Amino acid sequence: MKAHLNRRYHFSASHRLHTEAYDAMENLTVFGKCNNPHGHGHNYTVQVTLSGQVDPATGMVCNLSELDAFAQTNLLARFDHTNLNALDCFANTVSTTENLSIEIYRIFQDFTAAHLERVHVEETSNNSFDYAGEANPSAVTI
Amino acid sequence: MIFLTRKAEFSAAHFYWNEAWSPEENQRVFGKCANRNGHGHNYTLEVTVAGEIEPISGFVVDLKELKEILEREVISIYDHRHLNLEVPEFKDRIPTTENIAIAIWQRLDGKIPHAKLYRVRIYELPDLFADYYGEL
Repeated sequence: MKAHLNRRYHFSASHRLHTEAYDAMENLTVFGKCNNPHGHGHNYTVQVTLSGQVDPATGMVCNLSELDAFAQTNLLARFDHTNLNALDCFANTVSTTENLSIEIYRIFQDFTAAHLERVHVEETSNNSFDYAGEANPSAVTI
Repeated sequence: MIFLTRKAEFSAAHFYWNEAWSPEENQRVFGKCANRNGHGHNYTLEVTVAGEIEPISGFVVDLKELKEILEREVISIYDHRHLNLEVPEFKDRIPTTENIAIAIWQRLDGKIPHAKLYRVRIYELPDLFADYYGEL
């Protein structure tokens, strides 16, 4: 039987929304206070949804401790207490949470013990973003 | 089609153990969840049903009736119980979050009038929860 497993992770990071494609005035107009040159930060929550057949021997879609270890190495160690703009993945893209969601989706595609359904990223309790890959554009968390 | 979700809570004990394996293998796979004395959680259950709005009442289902069904079919059986020892479906199934979602679906399937069971979501912790949508 196929079930979905949801796991939430938390990290804190700073960023600044800014693009070299715009001049200073246009950056300020488009990004507002998020364009503050000194940056600002958030407590991000990442919710990963994985699906798969429940293994009759373990009762699990995948081993949670393996998933947590993967997230520790590939998500938390990489993003927690960093400046997102300084990371390679944001060298050429704005560190919006839309782009962050896509990057985190890419990261969890390498966890092969279950099928990645979607990632849901909360920038604040009022702003959240979902990405389920290009093949499944309408999948959102309800 | 409208989706309606009702929450309910229960508290229960459990542990993870596969009788076919050695104690060492159980410990390796399940870690601290393999403690045979058990441990417990406050579980939150979210049941989502889908249906059309009945024009006179404006309801998909009567929420009071749905609450009573959840109480009768799930909460009265799981709350303040040891899932491995006192709930029959876990005699031969490990009460993982995934299996609890499936078991609750099986308990509720066909019991909710006027609506289709869409999803069972069970939170073991705020940061760990499983969903079951039936066999699609």
